[in-house]
Amino acid sequence: MNSPGPKATGYNFGYLDEQTKRMIRRAILKAVAIPGYQVPFASREMPMPYGWGTGGVQVTAAVIGTEDVLKVIDQGSDDTTNAVSIRKFFVRTSGVRTTTSTADASIIQTRHRIPERPLQAGQIIVYQVPIPEPLRFLEPRETETRRMHALEEYGLMHVKLYEDIARHKTIATTYAYPVKVDGRYVMDPSPTPKFDNPKMDMSPALQLFGAGREKRIYALPPYTKVKSLDFDDHPFEVNRFTTPCGLCNATGVYLDEVILDDQGGRMFACSDTDHCETRRVDGHRGLLLGDAHGQVGGSRHGDD
Amino acid sequence: MAMTDDAPLLVANGLTKRYGHRIGCENVDLTLYAGEVLAIVGESGSGKSTLLQMLSLQMMQTRGDISYRMRDGQMRDLTLLNEAERRLLMRTDWGYVSQDATLGLRMSVSAGGNVGERLMGLGWRHYGNIRNEALDWLDRVEIDRNRIDDAPRAFSGGMRQRLLIAKNLVTKPRLVFMDEPTGGLDVSVQARIIDFLRGLVADLDLAVIIVTHDLAVARLLSTRIMVMRDGHVIETGLTDQVLDDPHAPYTQLLVSSVLQA
Repeated sequence: MNSPGPKATGYNFGYLDEQTKRMIRRAILKAVAIPGYQVPFASREMPMPYGWGTGGVQVTAAVIGTEDVLKVIDQGSDDTTNAVSIRKFFVRTSGVRTTTSTADASIIQTRHRIPERPLQAGQIIVYQVPIPEPLRFLEPRETETRRMHALEEYGLMHVKLYEDIARHKTIATTYAYPVKVDGRYVMDPSPTPKFDNPKMDMSPALQLFGAGREKRIYALPPYTKVKSLDFDDHPFEVNRFTTPCGLCNATGVYLDEVILDDQGGRMFACSDTDHCETRRVDGHRGLLLGDAHGQVGGSRHGDD
Repeated sequence: MAMTDDAPLLVANGLTKRYGHRIGCENVDLTLYAGEVLAIVGESGSGKSTLLQMLSLQMMQTRGDISYRMRDGQMRDLTLLNEAERRLLMRTDWGYVSQDATLGLRMSVSAGGNVGERLMGLGWRHYGNIRNEALDWLDRVEIDRNRIDDAPRAFSGGMRQRLLIAKNLVTKPRLVFMDEPTGGLDVSVQARIIDFLRGLVADLDLAVIIVTHDLAVARLLSTRIMVMRDGHVIETGLTDQVLDDPHAPYTQLLVSSVLQA
C-alpha cells in the first residue's frame, strides 16, 4: 500500500484546481438533492481520452480527501489497464492510499461493475458513464428528452423494452438497464450488467455518476429506491449462471468467461477479483484452481 | 346529458397569426361539435395550415383564443393549460395525422411499438395487453397482422399512413387533426384510405378538422367546409351546399378549376 501524503509533483491535490472542484461539488450536491436527475456541469479536459473515465475521475477528484482510501475497478477487476492507470493518476496527484479491498475502501471508482461485497454506509461509489441519457437512442433531441424528464413522460422507455420482447421474446437488454429512481426520474445506471441493478436499490453507500464527454453528473443518495423497469407479464430478472466460479466456487456472483487455450478450454470466474481472492484466502476452492494455481492463484497484491 | 351533447367541442374566436407584417391568417371564428368533420380548403398560402397548427396547439397564435371541452365536460381555455396538461391532451384526446407519415411515426420502431407507444405513455404495463390492442388496431386499419414486428421503414406510403392513423386512434381521441392526409398517395390508395377514414369517423364518432386542397377529399369526408384565401375565411357552410352552389367568386373559381376526369 502507498503511504499517505502528497508527493512533490507540482499538481494541486487531486489534479483539478480548487475552483473547479467547488463547481463539481455544487453539481454533486444538486444531484444528491434530486436523485436520478442529470445535472449539467462544466466538464474539464482531463489528461486522458474521453471514454476512459474522465467523468468519474472528475467526480472522484472533487470528493476525495487526504484521509480517503481509493479503490478503482474496471469490469470488476483491480488490475486491468484502466483501473491501474486511474489509480496511479490519483496516487501521483493526491498521494492518497489505495487498496484493492472493497471493505477497506472509502471511495470506489468503477467502470461497469458494483463489487459483490455489499457496500456500507460511509462509502462512496463513483461510476464512469459514457451516455447518461437513457432515452437517447429513441429520442435524439436533447431539448425533447429534457422536457420528457421534466414532465415525467416515460412511455418511450417502455417502447424500447417492448421492442426487445417483440424481437427476442424476452427483455434482451442486459446492461445499461433503465431504472426508475425514487418513483420519479428514469436513469441510466451506466453500462453495468443488469445483474448489479438490485445492488443499487436501498444501498447504504452514496452513489455518484459522472459523464465527462456528455458533461452530466447524477447521483443516488444512500437508501434510495431504485426499480428496474419491466412489464407485468415480463418482470425484471437478473442474469443467472449455471456454474459456480472456477476459482473460488462462488455462486450468485457475476462471472466472466475466460478462454484458457485454443482447444476450446474455458472457465467462468468471478468478475470481481477482490471478492474471488478474498474467498480463496478464506479457503474456498473452485474446480479449476488446482490446475491454474500458478497463474491465477490467490495472492493478494497492492500497487506497483 | 343533452346539455353537454349540444355544447361545442372546440371554439375559436378571432384567431390571428402574423408573421411580422405578413398575415398568416386573420380573425378566424370556428365552432366544432362532437362527431363533426370540418374541411378547411384553399390554395397553398391561403393560411389553412397555419390555422390548423394554431388549433392543434403546435403554434402560438398572435391573437384570439381557443377553448375545448375536456373529457370531464369542462370548457377550458387552451392557452391557459400548462405544458404537462397540453401534452397529455395532445397524446390522448387528440390525434394529428400529417401528410408525411415519417414525422408522426418512429421509423425504426416496430408497427406494434408505434401503436403501443401512447398506451405505454398512459401507464399500460402489460406486454400481452399492449400487443393485443396493437393487433386489433392493425386489423382495423387493414394492415396484415404478421407485419406487427416490422418497422414502418419497410412499409409502403399507404400502409405508413394507415399505421399513423392507428397510432393516433389507439387512445380513442375525440378530435383528430389531419393535414392533407392523402396527399402524396396515388389515386387508388387515396380512395381506399378515404373510404376507411369515413368508416372510422362514423364508428368512433370522431370530430375531425381536415386541411386539404383537394375538393374531392373534402366532399367525401366532411360535413362542413371553410374556404380560405389570403388568410381569411371567405365562405363557410355545409359541404354539399358550398360545393354545389358556391357564392363567393373565389369559391366559384376553385370549384370550376377541378379537373374532370
